[in-house]
Amino acid sequence: MEFFHNPQVDWMGKSKYFITLSVILLVVGVAAMIARGGPNYGIDFRGGTLVYVKFAQAPNLDAIRSQLDRENLPKATLQRYDAPSKHEIIIGLDLRTTSGAKALDAGKQAIVRALTHLYGRQSAGKADFNNSDAQMIADHLVADDPLQLAGKGNAVAQDTYQKLAQAMVAYRNEPPREGLVSNFDELSAVPGANSAVISDLKKSFYLSQFSVFNTEIVGPKVGATLRRQALYVVLAGLAAMLVYVWYRFELVFGVAAVIATFHDVLITLGMFSLLNREISLTVIAAFLTLIGYSMNDTIVTFDRIRENLRLNKRENFRDLVNRSINQVLSRTILTSGLTLIAVLALFLFGGEVIHGFSLVLVLGVIIGTYSSFAIASPLVLFWGDRAPAAALGGGKNSGGANAPLGRRPLREKSPRREPAGARR
Amino acid sequence: MGRSIRNRTIVIIVSLLICVFGIIGFPSTFQALKQNIADRIRLGLDLKGGTYLVLQVHVEDAVNTASDQALSRLRDDLRTRNIAYAEARKTDATHILIKGVAQNQWEQVQTLAQQQFPEWYVQSVAGDPTSHLMVMKTTTEAAVKNDAYTEAMATIRRRIDALGITEPEIAQYGSQGSYELVVELPGVSDPTRVKSIIQSTAMLELKLVRGGPYNSRDEALTSFGGVLPPDTQLLPGTSDSGTPVWYLVDRIAAVTGHDLSGAEPSQDSNGRPDVNFTLTRSGAARFAEITQRNIGKQLAIVLDNNVESAPVIQSQISDRGEITGNFTTQQVSDLALKLRSGALPASISYLQEQTVGPSLGADSIRHGLEACIIGFAAILLFMLIYYKGAGVNADVALILNLLILVAALAYFGGVLTLPGIAGVILTVGMGVDSNVLIFERIREELRLGKSAPAAVAGGFEHAFKTIIDTHVTTVASAAILFAFGTGPVRGFAVTLTIGLVANLFTSVFVSRVIFDYELSRRTAGEALSV
Repeated sequence: MEFFHNPQVDWMGKSKYFITLSVILLVVGVAAMIARGGPNYGIDFRGGTLVYVKFAQAPNLDAIRSQLDRENLPKATLQRYDAPSKHEIIIGLDLRTTSGAKALDAGKQAIVRALTHLYGRQSAGKADFNNSDAQMIADHLVADDPLQLAGKGNAVAQDTYQKLAQAMVAYRNEPPREGLVSNFDELSAVPGANSAVISDLKKSFYLSQFSVFNTEIVGPKVGATLRRQALYVVLAGLAAMLVYVWYRFELVFGVAAVIATFHDVLITLGMFSLLNREISLTVIAAFLTLIGYSMNDTIVTFDRIRENLRLNKRENFRDLVNRSINQVLSRTILTSGLTLIAVLALFLFGGEVIHGFSLVLVLGVIIGTYSSFAIASPLVLFWGDRAPAAALGGGKNSGGANAPLGRRPLREKSPRREPAGARR
Repeated sequence: MGRSIRNRTIVIIVSLLICVFGIIGFPSTFQALKQNIADRIRLGLDLKGGTYLVLQVHVEDAVNTASDQALSRLRDDLRTRNIAYAEARKTDATHILIKGVAQNQWEQVQTLAQQQFPEWYVQSVAGDPTSHLMVMKTTTEAAVKNDAYTEAMATIRRRIDALGITEPEIAQYGSQGSYELVVELPGVSDPTRVKSIIQSTAMLELKLVRGGPYNSRDEALTSFGGVLPPDTQLLPGTSDSGTPVWYLVDRIAAVTGHDLSGAEPSQDSNGRPDVNFTLTRSGAARFAEITQRNIGKQLAIVLDNNVESAPVIQSQISDRGEITGNFTTQQVSDLALKLRSGALPASISYLQEQTVGPSLGADSIRHGLEACIIGFAAILLFMLIYYKGAGVNADVALILNLLILVAALAYFGGVLTLPGIAGVILTVGMGVDSNVLIFERIREELRLGKSAPAAVAGGFEHAFKTIIDTHVTTVASAAILFAFGTGPVRGFAVTLTIGLVANLFTSVFVSRVIFDYELSRRTAGEALSV
């Protein structure tokens, strides 16, 4: 089975259409970014507080907002997270709201107070089972000792209650409960949780209707550090790529590859802005991977162009580029297709946490492949054509696309193989 | 089977076994299998659940303490040598101003400074011949800061270990002079208690009480005519009834936390929770002398500049004491822990806090595995359909690739994060590219009319250079991400790199062996399934 049996497409002839398409996408993307007032930076870069909460039933957003008002947090943002059926929201505070407070987590504590007031139960002295970790549950069990293990020694008791607490927490986290237990008696399904344990839990704990499943608090100093880090990562990536391609190919190839990659990053960033996704550190990591991948693809095409240059010195450059692309087409489409399958699986099934990351990769694979023959190759052709005219010092009519190859300045960077013609 | 094929196959099978063993050990039951895998593969915080903290060690506090101590030593020394001076005070953390010394005594001051304060140097004050400035040397300041940072890190590590948190990480964060620390606490989804234990200075001092308790600072000051006696200070405390009071105590402590040899939670004579502490030999000797000379007076037990209690010295005590107060059982346990770990030489503030709940972690694992399995299956299937016989070849190589990747994580203790799982999926997608490159080249060679063995050889040879090229750019990206990234991003870089390196082995070596085996089984001229 084969998709492309000896394709003969005139890629360079269509370069006008490709460039138009790219320009349209770029303009749309940049317009989206400007309309939104710049890229949508996530908390890693902006700083602030994010509290992710899951509720047993659909939360009453107005009630939450007015309770937060009472806690002196009128500018808190509420946003739905993941599918509506999961009843999860993100409560966000930006850096200015919390900067005055002494403690980094003052905002988070205020939010938890507000939520406890609405969805918890202020039972004196009791802890919230749905928001306790295994250690806290184990500590309570060890202190109360409902299984009466004190006689068997401290170590045995500690160990047993630790394992029991961990099993109960694991049970609480499994679907369909996903972090919220509505009735203590449900826990009897956990092996080892007999009636003595359950009634002890009922004495020491209450069950709230919300569970904080993730918090992110970034202070101003760390925010600035992470912004710097991100910048270094991207600059280092681009620099490394340029150096590598320059070393392996000629400067013209290198610059063309970098421009193509830059084009990919900009368009993907624009699309990201259009869809109003957040840029976090993992998204930056995805962009860097995109850069590597786009380079990858472009290099394969350039490899073939260079090989053909070595073997067919007499051929018209434009035809040679077209032929090179056609030769690698099968392989390029296949590879991109397979990588696309992989990242699509990640995008569709990988969950919300990694969604931004996988979106960048999906867009990047498509655009990265496209740019190898739509942007990078035309650039090489363009410069390859122009150079003989300039070298002769004449006008445009002295060289051009049909110039015999003897005057073409593009050559193999460092020929270390046997002379041309002896095909291995 | 040719000898070369057999040897290479043995290499492959042995690698396979090593990998499988590395991942699952020798399990006897299915339950043990799952347990072994869970033990060997380290999960990052985003998959296990836990707390990630970045904190700032305020090393300036330590510099201030050092200059405070130097100042009080200076005053003592000037007094004992009968050098009169108008005033000696700190102008900032590293400068001490000495005013009003007679001209003929300045040389004595200089000598004193050189002999007793080698970490400082003396310089004159422009326009004021009776004043001099003692300045802390920059090397000393740097040493104080670095020592404080190292000691803070060690103290925090002791406290976290004492809490029994499994596999915590405490490490330097940020650039050299930033004095920041990163702390990772797996499994802790409510960090409130741990944070307060880490942050608490826990400086214990026993100081003799010179006056009090007073109901307010003003009352204390007026009873001394507005100026406190030399070398004393006012510290807040609480009376028995719970109202705030103030005590006048010696500035210099008789005994400090450094003299502690142990601290345990216990109960006082009324059965209320308290902390029993024991002293080292030198501390005990000093304590014995002071209690003997001050029987009948009160001894303030000061914790973080707050008077917890001020019992009357009944008789000479040497090596033990107790700290009583309005404590809960949890509080005495935490206090004993903090005292045992030592006082923090500088204060701490938190810069970043991230808490991943265990439900989110379990969720992420589930999603990650799902995406992995679906992506992997889709690619395996595609390769079979598109490349037929060679597709099996690629699939075997891919499976082995995955096994090597997971085994490498298990053997080297690499941490698997959610982006790390994404890296695994990406490895599969990009790794299969190598196979595609080779197979496409083989197809091309076959189209040019070459024989099957020549086509296979040509395919591998031509494709190898390009494979290296494509792997280098991606591994270079990953290396940059590892250098500049933290936590989850690093996990991604690690799995991607290991995966691609393993891919070189599987797509070139393993695939070739399988092809060679296929070729050796075919008669000349029989078509190759690709």
